[in-house]
Amino acid sequence: MALPVLAGLLGTLIPALDGGFDRLAEWPGLRGAMGLSLVTGFASTGVSLALALLLTAALYGTPAFVRVQRLLAPVLSLPHAAAALGLAFLLAPSGWIARAISPWATGWTVPPDLLTLNDTGGVALILGLVVKEVPFLLLMILSALPQTDAARRMMLCRTLGYGRVRGFALTVLPALYPQLRLPVYAVLAYAMTSVETALILGPTLPPSLSAQVVLWMNAPDLQGRGLAAAGAVVQLVLVIGALLVWRAGEILCRIALPALAQSGRRGLWLDQPLAILARVMGGGLALAMAAALAGLALWSVAGPWQFPDALPDRLTLSTWSRALPDLRDSAVVTLAIAALSTLAALALVLGCLEAEHRFALHPGAGAMWLLYLPLVMPQVAFLPGVQMLALQAGLGGTVLAVALMHLVFVLPYVFLSLSAPFRAWDTRIAAAGATLGAAPARVFWRLRLPMLMAPVLTAAAVGMAVSIGQYLPTLMAGGGRVETVTTAAVALASGGNRRLIGAYGLLQIVLPALGFVLELALPALVWRNRRGMRA
Amino acid sequence: MDRRRFGQLTALFALGASLPRMALAGEWEAVLAEAQGQTVYWHAWGGDPKINDFIAWVGEQAQAQYGVTLEHVKLASTADAVAQVLAERDAGKTTGGAVDLIWINGENFAAMKAAGLLHGPFAENLPNWPLVDVAGKPAVVTDFTLPTEGFESPWAMAQLVFEYDSARVATPPRSVTALADWAAANPGRFTYPQPPDYLGTTFLKQVLYGVMADPSVLQAPVDEASYAAQVAPLWAYLDALHPNLWRAAQAFPQNEPALGQLLADAEVDIAFAFNPGRASAEIAAGTLPDTVRTVTFDGGTIGNASFVAIPFNATARAGAQVVANLILSPAVQARAQDPAVLGFQTVLNLAALTPEDRARFDALSLGVATLSPAELGPALLEPHASWMTRIAADWVARYGVAQ
Repeated sequence: MALPVLAGLLGTLIPALDGGFDRLAEWPGLRGAMGLSLVTGFASTGVSLALALLLTAALYGTPAFVRVQRLLAPVLSLPHAAAALGLAFLLAPSGWIARAISPWATGWTVPPDLLTLNDTGGVALILGLVVKEVPFLLLMILSALPQTDAARRMMLCRTLGYGRVRGFALTVLPALYPQLRLPVYAVLAYAMTSVETALILGPTLPPSLSAQVVLWMNAPDLQGRGLAAAGAVVQLVLVIGALLVWRAGEILCRIALPALAQSGRRGLWLDQPLAILARVMGGGLALAMAAALAGLALWSVAGPWQFPDALPDRLTLSTWSRALPDLRDSAVVTLAIAALSTLAALALVLGCLEAEHRFALHPGAGAMWLLYLPLVMPQVAFLPGVQMLALQAGLGGTVLAVALMHLVFVLPYVFLSLSAPFRAWDTRIAAAGATLGAAPARVFWRLRLPMLMAPVLTAAAVGMAVSIGQYLPTLMAGGGRVETVTTAAVALASGGNRRLIGAYGLLQIVLPALGFVLELALPALVWRNRRGMRA
Repeated sequence: MDRRRFGQLTALFALGASLPRMALAGEWEAVLAEAQGQTVYWHAWGGDPKINDFIAWVGEQAQAQYGVTLEHVKLASTADAVAQVLAERDAGKTTGGAVDLIWINGENFAAMKAAGLLHGPFAENLPNWPLVDVAGKPAVVTDFTLPTEGFESPWAMAQLVFEYDSARVATPPRSVTALADWAAANPGRFTYPQPPDYLGTTFLKQVLYGVMADPSVLQAPVDEASYAAQVAPLWAYLDALHPNLWRAAQAFPQNEPALGQLLADAEVDIAFAFNPGRASAEIAAGTLPDTVRTVTFDGGTIGNASFVAIPFNATARAGAQVVANLILSPAVQARAQDPAVLGFQTVLNLAALTPEDRARFDALSLGVATLSPAELGPALLEPHASWMTRIAADWVARYGVAQ
């Protein structure tokens, strides 16, 4: 896994050393771009994690939490670019909110000249990232929670008179966070290096460093590539530094938590305001996403739609009828690639984890970091080098090459979502099986795998969604010849045509959403008469 | 390039066109035979559904007439295709490349030609080449002052036109100075795509034409010694203009479609485009209000041509030439000029066409917002490519890192 990344990085470093760093140092926007990457990374990760934990702490076990769970699938499968475009239409001064209240409430007959998008502070960008990362972290929490014995811990806290949130922080969080750590790191690295969201919602004077690197890569003078390579290396160092700072923050929290426990305060008064806060913020996010999706859907069938009309003049299916033939072809290719890479990743991950269990192996921290390298490493830093490798191997431009490339990104996410529940499985069940004469293989196939069906399906759904959402790797490995729904959508997004973006955005949701619907429905169906298996 | 060398060049091409047709015809038969059954991967920007539909239609024609399958590889940026060919060369892949045909011009062409990444010369050997209006539209053989030398074949003419909503702007400005005055009177209602975007940098070049003491120096490469003094009026102009721009110049649209979307959303009153027929086509598609009209400047606006080029390692080289030739056919050119399809201006010399072919063009209506060739006014020549790179980089240093 590390091999393609390191080889790719080497392929990137060489042009960077060729004067790239000197020219990067001369670029006047460097400090601003670096600062923006750091601020948006920390702010969006911090807010996302806090909100996901707060929603869990305040609402776990309530009907509201079940509703949150149901909302996860559509939001998770929404590609970043489509989500950002949906939000952009909502928030722009000529967007849906302004149209809904104009001109009767505001007097605006033309849109006001307000900087609600691409604001220099990056607030819109942070919002766009939070909207996507909260559902991802919630999914990770949901798949880890059953292994933390959360219900009994919470009950114990309650009998001791602790409030829900304080009790969650003191008893469940210490068991939950270690399983959540790597997903959080991936979120932090992603937030700092996201390209599509930053280009659509982020500031542009200058943009965040990763967005600028892609702009340099696309610069027509071929010199831009050395600059881009140098920028990518700086981005990598920045991400590693940010991860170290986050780790220091974790250690501080670990020191602070026992002190909080020893204070003995029950924190009951916190529950009501925090529950309200969780509902308001969770509801606000859900509402924003729903409105963004509805906006995309409406644009895909909109005829003429001028400001300040709240709704289009008339509806038409012409966008859809034009998009469908193209979409059918690319949907087949997209699903084939996603299925290939996800199945390969599942087989590899399950094989590794089972071997780890049978031979009592303990993967060191180094092995973990190698596995997560593709997530932490800015894509722009190593993909050009990988493209070169694929070409030399004669693999460029095929579906297989794209699936292999996707495997590099799908594997860590599958491992990420599967390893914790797999390891947390109670091995006494295996011992019981063995005493009844079952071979290890039988234990694996008949006990462990079925009992872990929910996390395996979660991992598969995440893997599919990751594969479907890939843009740069698809473009690089496919040589432009392999068109997926996402490469088509991003190419269209550069043209700003909201109607087609709406159609493609919606269809991009449908494919991965199928996976998540199965992931939520199948265990509920199979375990309908096994209460203990339902989280 | 000076006028004399340019004259020699056009004479050269005229000569090429009059070479014995028999020999060429024989060669072309061989190309057609080789192209039969080939698949041509045309890497072209995929951001405009109208263009995508047009390319799909060209593909149907290529299949029906020549048995060539055309696959449109939809790019977010032409540079992706350039990077692909470059990566293939670096990997030692000198045949069987992924790119057969690229929609290209300006900087991308200059870079690929300089790096030896293009196949050619091929353009002047195409059977439809004699129909091209080399004398009347010199931009078809001069790409940003760089002679194309047959390494790319033209397929559409473009000229900068300003689009305005006549419901909100009664008399549109017709010079760069008038534009600045209008913006001062109507703050927040005009902007331009953020350089180094292609259209945004074109706007800067248009301003240069309007404010420079001697715009003829634009036809030569940037001269370091006099550059700062020559462009000082541009920065003075922008310093005065920016406070009156959309969002007070704290944000810029990123490209031509994004600027067009701002006009459609009524966020700005004046926008601009490189395709004189864009406004009419968008009105026909229902995305722009039917009150939008176009206008050019009194002293003329920048014009150039779009080309197709074939990479040195293209797999379907013959098929690519067949497609390049097909695009130059009167039937395809007339369809591209139809405002209901694309509204692109043709590269052909209408006087050189047969009466039947000329009738295809005469039958086209201009479209409600499109100017007639006479109303368009003079097309100013693109400055040397070094100006584009240089002013874009300086713009970024001055205004692009405001934080």
